[in-house]
Amino acid sequence: MSQNGLLIDYEFCTGCHTCEMACKVEHGFQEGEWGIKLAQIGPWKLDEDKWEFDFVPMPTQRCDLCKDLTDAGKVPACVHHCQAICMEWGPVEELARKVTKPRMTIFSVQ
Amino acid sequence: MRECFDPNIYKKDWQYQDGDLTVTRTCQWSAPGCHQGCSLLFYTDKDGKLVKVEGDPHSPVTDGRLCMRCLAMVEAVYHPDRIIHPMKRKREDRGKDTWEQITMDEAYELCIEMVKDTTEKYGAKSICTGAGTGRNATWQSNVLGHGAFGTPNDNAGLLAGNCCYTPRMQGMNAIFGNTFIADCGQLNEARFDHPEYRRPDLFMIWGNNPLRANADGFFGHWIIDCMKRGSKLMTVDPQVTWLSAHSELYLQPRPGTDAALALAIGHVMVEEELYDKQFIDYWCYGFDEYKERVAEWTPERAAEITWVPAEKIVAAARLIGTAGVTTLQWGVAFDQNKWANGTAHAVALLQAMTGNIDNPGGFVCINFGYVQSDIRENVAKGLGPEVRKDRLGDDGNWGALNAIGKGGHAVPEAILHAAETGEPYPVKMLFLCSTTAFTNMAGQAVRVYDCYKDMDHVVICDLFMTPTAMAIGDLFIPMAMSCERDGVRGWYTPLRSIVKVTQTGDAVGDEQMMLELGKKMNPDLFYWDDVPEMLEFCTNNMATVPIPVTLDELREKVIIYPDFEYHKHEKGLLRMDGSVGFNTISGRVEFFCNMYNNVGMDPLPYFLEPPESPVSTPELAEKYPLVLTTGRRCWQYFHSEHRQLKSMREFHKWPMFAIHPDDAKAAGIHEGQWCVIENSHGKAIEVAHVTETMLKGVVSAEHGWWFPEREAEAPSLYGVFESNINCCTVQGDFGPSGYGSSYKTQLCKVYPAPEGYGETFEQQFQDHYKN
Repeated sequence: MSQNGLLIDYEFCTGCHTCEMACKVEHGFQEGEWGIKLAQIGPWKLDEDKWEFDFVPMPTQRCDLCKDLTDAGKVPACVHHCQAICMEWGPVEELARKVTKPRMTIFSVQ
Repeated sequence: MRECFDPNIYKKDWQYQDGDLTVTRTCQWSAPGCHQGCSLLFYTDKDGKLVKVEGDPHSPVTDGRLCMRCLAMVEAVYHPDRIIHPMKRKREDRGKDTWEQITMDEAYELCIEMVKDTTEKYGAKSICTGAGTGRNATWQSNVLGHGAFGTPNDNAGLLAGNCCYTPRMQGMNAIFGNTFIADCGQLNEARFDHPEYRRPDLFMIWGNNPLRANADGFFGHWIIDCMKRGSKLMTVDPQVTWLSAHSELYLQPRPGTDAALALAIGHVMVEEELYDKQFIDYWCYGFDEYKERVAEWTPERAAEITWVPAEKIVAAARLIGTAGVTTLQWGVAFDQNKWANGTAHAVALLQAMTGNIDNPGGFVCINFGYVQSDIRENVAKGLGPEVRKDRLGDDGNWGALNAIGKGGHAVPEAILHAAETGEPYPVKMLFLCSTTAFTNMAGQAVRVYDCYKDMDHVVICDLFMTPTAMAIGDLFIPMAMSCERDGVRGWYTPLRSIVKVTQTGDAVGDEQMMLELGKKMNPDLFYWDDVPEMLEFCTNNMATVPIPVTLDELREKVIIYPDFEYHKHEKGLLRMDGSVGFNTISGRVEFFCNMYNNVGMDPLPYFLEPPESPVSTPELAEKYPLVLTTGRRCWQYFHSEHRQLKSMREFHKWPMFAIHPDDAKAAGIHEGQWCVIENSHGKAIEVAHVTETMLKGVVSAEHGWWFPEREAEAPSLYGVFESNINCCTVQGDFGPSGYGSSYKTQLCKVYPAPEGYGETFEQQFQDHYKN
């Protein structure tokens, strides 16, 4: 069976926490419980003028790709609300075809 | 609609069933607050209770997106701390938690008694109304004040120098004759597919972090949409942000020196002829005078002032001058500087030099959408000149532009002066709608508290018990959340419906409260039967662009895009006389500003040192060696709101300030430590974030902090003066126009909080939020 996952275009993830919050609200997670969590790269200097400062949302073991929503024909809450529209979901083979530039990654979730 | 959404699931109907739930497509403005009007779906159950929100995938405004605060909507609406019934308290009990629940009728009667008492003793003008920022509560209290109480004295929350967007709006009015915004394709329903539209080649993002702030109707992530389509960025900010890390060019100036930076960039653009000669020749006024002004502003001179290397200033000029379609997204840093007008003028002219004025992807004129001020004008239309007469701040003592009546409201400093001194007449009653004044926007917070607590009467209209309500309120009227009120959202394009889907307790929408109280006090003026009828009248009769739509139609369409045209100055669409050009005195974009010149202000862009800075007050700077900029934005909170929300506090529990590692080392402080930020005006205690992203020599501190979990009663007032950065700001420090204030250009020193400070805070928080 095909794996389903999340495609993150982390060139554009701004670290706005929307995915984390959408996930918490959808699943009713309590304090300290996360279905997706932001990882942070930097901020640090690459050279005198350039900074590296990126975020990568990472699904946790609690992530079920919002099964209740997707069963109802909707999309995972994080993908739905992502302010940068930098997340997609689906079979990883399909997602892989969309990896056409640097700073994209796929998480195989289930 | 994005591909991932199924149109069979997400219907275009304004209301539809999803299983047992009713789904309503509308927008969220406030409350809880934010400047944006994001499109969303309210899910209500068979009892009419809100159970869920989702972003509306059909909306071209936000494409189904929501930020974390909207996603916490159910938590906010049904929060146990929310006040949903009116309450009163004896005046002598101010600061004590001795509130007594009453009915709405009693609340209205009590308010009317207070108005009568004040009017009989001092005159109606001794009543002053207040409103929170940018949200759907900024016009109702004004209208009620004008039309029912009979006072012209309205303001926000004693925001000194009206230093939030007003100075830039006024500046644009003087220079361009209208308001201009960055064009991210938000003005047409087809967005990026609109045949005329093209994305900007370059955004100048100056003095704001729009991703977090979403200020003034601008959804920050529109910039990301444009970046994906190839837009590049140039950012100007004292701290490295995500945007600056993703910029072609990033400039990191000392706060308050933006005008020097812009003048030097202008110098290079003039020297190297990096400007649109045809646009300047056809459409601009006073370019020769401008050239003379910038002649002395070499990059080397500006580098010394701004701390930005000269070569970067040159690089900025070349980038701006050669990028192609350039636009400007600017922010509150312009206003929170004493010399707001000179600064806004300097940067707006860089945009004008590129010729990207009212063109696709450029800096576009938006002459639609002031629903708030339009409604105020409309309802107040029938009032005679007597009401406006003797408005506080119109007497010529509060800045050149206020004196000639350009100000839309009473002047905050004049209100404070009148309240403190009784001159020219006393202020004795406050009617505050969703504004917490000394918790949030008032400079010199303690001074404002001291003054406000002696009022004869104070009415508070709000959602939660705030420090201000606990401190000084006599009557508390519970206000509705956005999902509990009908309304119209139009700041800016497009027009959006605000649909009431639920009711909680006795909570009333601001406009409903205004209409109900207005009817009791001045039924001739407040003649509408209900809120929808009133809003329909106002929408159909707006002074800027009337929209002939019924509220039913708007509700059904959810979003209406009025026709938008580019190049309006070429088509004779900007001036009252129908001729081509801009709606300024010269009919052109004014490099030399006639309006400023006529009132005795500097007609050209200028730089002056902030009143307190390492340069202007070196002795003070020896004692307070760091530059303090206040009001840094975060994702979780809109000003002083949302502090009750456990979800937001998990992400961001305590007030924070950013400081460079070298400065932290010199001050003996480390990451995560509670520290005192102190200057000659006062102090605030916040948690240090030590980061190389902060410009060395500068501290950037959050505002709006109070702690719902701490002691409610005075003197604690939820700890409102513990971490309140406005204990370190000032009042009455406006520029020659009457606008601007130095909220972002103070000095300070930083040192560790006393041993043990903050040790009980976490437990206190856990105890309060244990459920």
